[in-house]
Amino acid sequence: MAEMDTSSGGSHKKGPGVKKSKKMSTRVDLTPMVDLGFLLITFFIFTTTMSLPTTMNLFLPKDTDKPEEQNKIKDNSALTILLGNDNNVFYYEGMLDNANVSANFKSSNFGGGEDGIRNIILRKKANTDEKDFMVVIKPSDECTYKNVVDILDEMTINVVKRYAMVDISDVEVQLIKATEAASSK
Amino acid sequence: MGRAKIPRKSTNIDMTAMCDVAFLLLSFFILTTKFKPAEAVSVSPPSSVSDKAAPESDIVLITIDKDGKVFLSMDNEEKKEYIANTIANEKGLKLDVQSFKKAQFIGVPFNKLTSFLQLPDDQRKGDNMPGIPCKDSTNNEMIEWLRIVRSAYMGQKINLLVKGDNTSKYPSFKNVITAFKKNDLLKFQIITNPEGVPVGSELYRQAQAGIKND
Repeated sequence: MAEMDTSSGGSHKKGPGVKKSKKMSTRVDLTPMVDLGFLLITFFIFTTTMSLPTTMNLFLPKDTDKPEEQNKIKDNSALTILLGNDNNVFYYEGMLDNANVSANFKSSNFGGGEDGIRNIILRKKANTDEKDFMVVIKPSDECTYKNVVDILDEMTINVVKRYAMVDISDVEVQLIKATEAASSK
Repeated sequence: MGRAKIPRKSTNIDMTAMCDVAFLLLSFFILTTKFKPAEAVSVSPPSSVSDKAAPESDIVLITIDKDGKVFLSMDNEEKKEYIANTIANEKGLKLDVQSFKKAQFIGVPFNKLTSFLQLPDDQRKGDNMPGIPCKDSTNNEMIEWLRIVRSAYMGQKINLLVKGDNTSKYPSFKNVITAFKKNDLLKFQIITNPEGVPVGSELYRQAQAGIKND
């Protein structure tokens, strides 16, 4: 408004008092726009590949009543895993006898710690003959679907070739209940 | 004396071409992204290390929701028509076959099927439905459903899928398995979310060594 033309008089072609209009470039800086574009692209690439569901194959054994067709577990080479309430895991090795219940029946968890179920499977696997090694999974009525899938996944992770899902027996249900009651005190 | 003059180049790059490419890719990804169809039964599956992609055709999907209710869904409309007719004959029900073909899932006992199919699509929500009875071996309608499904597929490959919720209890899954066994359907797949193989585990070492096992 109150500007004074201080430039030397010789250069301007327009008359005094007429403002020199600056020539503005028509170019826009596209860098932020490109940034945004690529950000969105990465977002869409990631979200499309991540949401693809995968599947776990499972084969069921045929139920058979004939004892000669049933597979027998060799003593001591089997690991039985019991799934209890509240993500609790219990296990015992070999057969469960009345004499050694308290010593043999132990509790574990889904964590990766020293007494986590993964370590126990690995330890048992290392200590037994590979062709005899067998894991028996017995989910109780209290455990969740997630627990079952997790333990099946654990079989894949630890490359256990022979495993089976078996119905739990009453004795084992009682044992789980007793152990859970004792640990919650 | 006569030094060659190096012309000063501008450091500005023309971004227009790059911008074009970026937005072309962007629009491609936006358009190809399949949005998850609004599921009638909402379920959050557990995760596993498996990396096999789920099959996309000839699916027979059994969904177990968080309350242990069981639902059945299929994608092949021809088979669905056959199944609807078979059920109508066997159970003496009047079924709306077209509505059966359109239905996203089945989640009622046989005796409520007729009224279930009369409901408009948007009212068929898994939360309000009792689910297919699958409580124990005496009252397991899943066995009948699978028998009819099996006869509809008649030797063709069925992609039997089970999708369960994290928090659903084990007995409902066991009853579904019982229904599979009763029908000699001994191979099925569990839908899971992908998860990385734990570093240092045996499977991880095998994968590193390039061993593939199925």
